[in-house]
Amino acid sequence: MAEFKLPANSIVKKNGKQFAAPAGATNTRRFKVYRYNPDSGENPRVDSFDVDMDNCGPMVLDAIIKIKSEMDSTLTFRRSCREGICGSCAMNIDGTNGLACTTAIADIEGDISIYPLPHQPIIKDLVSDLTNFYAQYASIEPWLKSDTPAPPDRERLQSPEDREMIDGAYECILCACCSTSCPSYWWNPDRYLGPAALLASYRWLVDSRDDATGERLDDLEDPFKLYRCHTIMNCAQVCPKGLNPAKAIAETKKMLVKRRL
Amino acid sequence: MSNYRTPLKNVKGLGSAKEGTSHFWAQRVTAIALVPLVLWLGFSVAALPGMDYVAIREWLSQPFNAIVMILFMIAGFYHARLGLQVVIEDYIGPHGPRTAAIIAVNFAAAALGVTGVFSVLRIALAS
Repeated sequence: MAEFKLPANSIVKKNGKQFAAPAGATNTRRFKVYRYNPDSGENPRVDSFDVDMDNCGPMVLDAIIKIKSEMDSTLTFRRSCREGICGSCAMNIDGTNGLACTTAIADIEGDISIYPLPHQPIIKDLVSDLTNFYAQYASIEPWLKSDTPAPPDRERLQSPEDREMIDGAYECILCACCSTSCPSYWWNPDRYLGPAALLASYRWLVDSRDDATGERLDDLEDPFKLYRCHTIMNCAQVCPKGLNPAKAIAETKKMLVKRRL
Repeated sequence: MSNYRTPLKNVKGLGSAKEGTSHFWAQRVTAIALVPLVLWLGFSVAALPGMDYVAIREWLSQPFNAIVMILFMIAGFYHARLGLQVVIEDYIGPHGPRTAAIIAVNFAAAALGVTGVFSVLRIALAS
């Protein structure tokens, strides 16, 4: 359901705290960070942190870690690998979803606004609840399905050409940047699978070793699960791995047409 | 209490409708049909000697013009009906209003389409 007004308890209040840079800092950048603490009973607010850039790493994640270490230890966020492969630090940076660890501070002009991934329930601060997102991934059964038993003495083989089919589909790190940037996913998150799950599904649809293609297509053929995609392309725009879920969805639609013509 | 349901139960919901491709395909086919039809309509109306009732009536009573105009009505209203259904599914969440809106669009498209076709036939067949 399209919602154009935030619920009363989600409206960001203007009572954010100001954290000044340490005395003597000359090169500072201002980070405006979304804060929400479910235990306080208060509405979310935006805190402002002036970070000393002469003493900070180049990436947004470096600044967030610095804020937590030196300015406000209660700031809550997910991070792990700090090199763009775990997908934990996905958040909305300067209005665009991305990974904090691979987004350079220097590429952003003016104040740097940092919000959690859009249109998801918030657990605390920048940590959103991705339960539904992960369940959607599980629902597409992201594993190889074949009625032919694997050879007892070796792997299931694949030609180099067939292997190339899954390029651009297998690299997804499930950071949720794409799905949470998609308006169709915002309006129907309970029924539309979203770009991430559909890209993952496509990865198995085109896998030459998987022979459940027909059943997979059966499961996707639904006005909501698949056909909510209107090629808005936000998914491809924000993907930190440079993937194109919209194209995978279009290819899936083509398969569905192909098998009936 | 949905709290006791697993996330997977919620996501799987009522399962796949095993449908949607017909809608998708019909939307594309009507879109393809509308490209020449809209061009024809635009150029034909621009080439009319005058925009008065008599000129339009004379033009529409030509068999070819009447046939293509009826095709335009059918393709156009069918395409509009399909497109509006997508908009409704996107933006209207609760099942009651959503279903009511889709029914209303179906009725409106059928009524307007039949009215349009009848009007063209009446002009074309009146002699």
